[in-house]
Amino acid sequence: MGFIWFWLVAIMLVAYVVLDGFDLGVGILHPFLARNEQERRLMLRSIGPVWDGNEVWLVAAGGTLYFAFPLLYASAFSGFYLALMIVLWLLILRGISVELRMHINAGVWKSFFDGLFVFSSILLAVFYGAALANVIRGVPLQEDGYFFLPLWTNWRAGVQPGILDWYTVMGGVIALVALAMHGALYLAVKTEADLQERSRTAARRLWALLLALTIVSLPASMIARADTLTNYRAYPIAFLVPVLVLLALLGIVQFCRKGNDRKAFGCSCVYLTVMLVGAAIGLYPRLLPSTTGSQYDITIEKALSGPHALHVGLAWWGLGMCLAFTYFVIVYRMFRGKVSLEGEGYGH
Amino acid sequence: MDALVLHRIHFAFTITYHYLFPQLTMGLALLIVTFKTIAIRRKDERYNEAARFWAKIFAINFLIGVVTGIPMEFQFGTNWSQFSRTTGGVIGQPVAMEGVFSFFLESAFLGLFLFGEKRLSPWKHWAAAFLVFVGSWISGFFIIVANAWMQHPVAYRVLPNGVYEVTSFRGLLTNPWALLQYAHNMSGAVITAAFVMCSVGAFYVLENRFPDHGKIFLRIGVIAGVIACVTQIFPTGDLHGRFMARHQPAAVAAMEGLFSSQKGAPIVLIGQPNEERQSIDNPIAVNDVLSFLIYGTTKAEVKGLDQFPRDQWPAPLPLLFYSYHIMAGLGTYFALIMAIAAFLLWRGKLFQNRYVLWPLLLSFPLPYIANTAGWMTAEIGRQPWVVYGLIRTSEGYSKYVSSGNSLFTLLGFMGIYTVLSILFIVLVYRIIDTGPAISGLPPVPKSMPITVA
Repeated sequence: MGFIWFWLVAIMLVAYVVLDGFDLGVGILHPFLARNEQERRLMLRSIGPVWDGNEVWLVAAGGTLYFAFPLLYASAFSGFYLALMIVLWLLILRGISVELRMHINAGVWKSFFDGLFVFSSILLAVFYGAALANVIRGVPLQEDGYFFLPLWTNWRAGVQPGILDWYTVMGGVIALVALAMHGALYLAVKTEADLQERSRTAARRLWALLLALTIVSLPASMIARADTLTNYRAYPIAFLVPVLVLLALLGIVQFCRKGNDRKAFGCSCVYLTVMLVGAAIGLYPRLLPSTTGSQYDITIEKALSGPHALHVGLAWWGLGMCLAFTYFVIVYRMFRGKVSLEGEGYGH
Repeated sequence: MDALVLHRIHFAFTITYHYLFPQLTMGLALLIVTFKTIAIRRKDERYNEAARFWAKIFAINFLIGVVTGIPMEFQFGTNWSQFSRTTGGVIGQPVAMEGVFSFFLESAFLGLFLFGEKRLSPWKHWAAAFLVFVGSWISGFFIIVANAWMQHPVAYRVLPNGVYEVTSFRGLLTNPWALLQYAHNMSGAVITAAFVMCSVGAFYVLENRFPDHGKIFLRIGVIAGVIACVTQIFPTGDLHGRFMARHQPAAVAAMEGLFSSQKGAPIVLIGQPNEERQSIDNPIAVNDVLSFLIYGTTKAEVKGLDQFPRDQWPAPLPLLFYSYHIMAGLGTYFALIMAIAAFLLWRGKLFQNRYVLWPLLLSFPLPYIANTAGWMTAEIGRQPWVVYGLIRTSEGYSKYVSSGNSLFTLLGFMGIYTVLSILFIVLVYRIIDTGPAISGLPPVPKSMPITVA
């Protein structure tokens, strides 16, 4: 049961990163790719109908974590208190920047929300990357299963680290670059002409940076956390993960050169998925490792909810996911193809 | 300041602000579906125009509800980690189900409803509106299930490691407290929407701008309002009150300001509870009424606060007393004004009667106050427990989150929500000022020609 719920939560988080990832990527690139008001609107229109639904994956994953692993939910959310609150504020700002911009047709009004959109998207990407890096590195868990991390201490990934240290900031930068590239590839699929060309160029440039960062991330993780590869050594099949990561990266650049944007974007989805799965394999069966000694690790076994709750949960979760999947198919089908400024769009 | 108090204020502030928006969302969704239904059945385009107008306000209101709602789900963990850790196996269930069954539905169909009218057939567009309505009402149900379990825990057991687990899923969803509270709460949401709609309608009629649409808003608003206002008092409010008297007698005693048990207990209409002297200052009271309302007989004995140890009194007690009285007082006013308006509407005299239109114009903030006061009654009445009778609030908060950190984020939320309030008021005012676009006439341009930079 613990195994199943570990992977169900992981799937929901992967869905969130892959889907909202391109919304954030579009936000990060917004000032760099759009040269005029039409292009700025086009970029917003490309995510306008879907960003809200994509964000629901985060809410659903949070709720699922709450009932399947209450100890993890309680410990991690209170321990990362300040960072999580900042993420919540950024999500508020991102949401209003996408939806309120179109309401008043004045230059300063639009510029204000454009600025807010970029600011919140960049910081969200960095914080998400840093969050994952925090989980990989571990936190100073107390005997009672709780901890509290300041935003930063001495920037070292030691026993008493801060939320931001050299390793987690690196995680943040990787996320920023990866999601920016993801967004650029999404835009290449959804747009035409100059904007599409600029998106492809941006994707290729970001790709080179991401390749370098991805390769550095492995030894960095091993420095930050010595037992990162334990599961990999025990189950060598897991070494498929780095192989797939490299294949996905190669696929991105190959397809992007040929102008096959859909496949390039697909490879980017695979890249994000496999990176996250790789991290999850490294963690399993821990949910949140401790820097103060492995006896304090929050494991699946320690955090798992009661058996009846989980059995019931499995039934409605399956049904709910089928429904959610259906809605996504309907919405993405309605808005398939290139975005244009003709027609009502979603008002953006 | 004490960390416990700050964590309570933190949650109280963010949830109170958040719920200003969903109450209109849920009520308005029902009224918009009503407009769409009438438009199709009577083939009356004015009702489609009305639906489109309210959809614009709905969209902004929904957005603020979404962005202020996400912090709520995470705050269980951030500020109330001890509570979440022990009760996640029960409460986490409906919270997760809200996301999975409601938010996906709403987010998918809201877009189709707001911007898909030209691409969809009338009935398909009606269906999109209907699904948004269903989504928002499901969302309300799951949250009330979570809250009702904290008020009246059922269908649970305690595992050896001290955490709670649900034992009967059906029992959790059919908690009688949840069903009563849901009915009471949803009719409260319809009241908010009805008063907001009447207010805009009265504004248009009094100003003689878009008077046709103003009259439609008034008609639908008054009919929905009078039904909801009566339902709010009887049966939902009445049943809820009696159920509460049986299961949370200390809360009811504090709400009513009844310090000592008595037969033929009076109902205090106005007064100021004096905790030191354990009495009500300046009371205006009617004898026997409280006994009658709870037990159906004027002679029944109602338990006063003296029956309960001091450490089980809800706190802050005066705030609970006032919240309850504000809710009940306003509820009475709502029923009265809506009954008068409905009578005049039936006689065909409402649209000329300035003495009723003016109160309708000015009353729109009051349902927000009444709904907030109602929730404060429920939540302060539950104190000093976070889960009634099982877990004390003082055992629920995150002990590693210091009061300084809690205050920091509370102030942050206050700042951001101030900005949201200003944006909301400006944008909704513009929509009301522009008015409903009338079909057949050139529509008001939504945006000016694009200037190329």
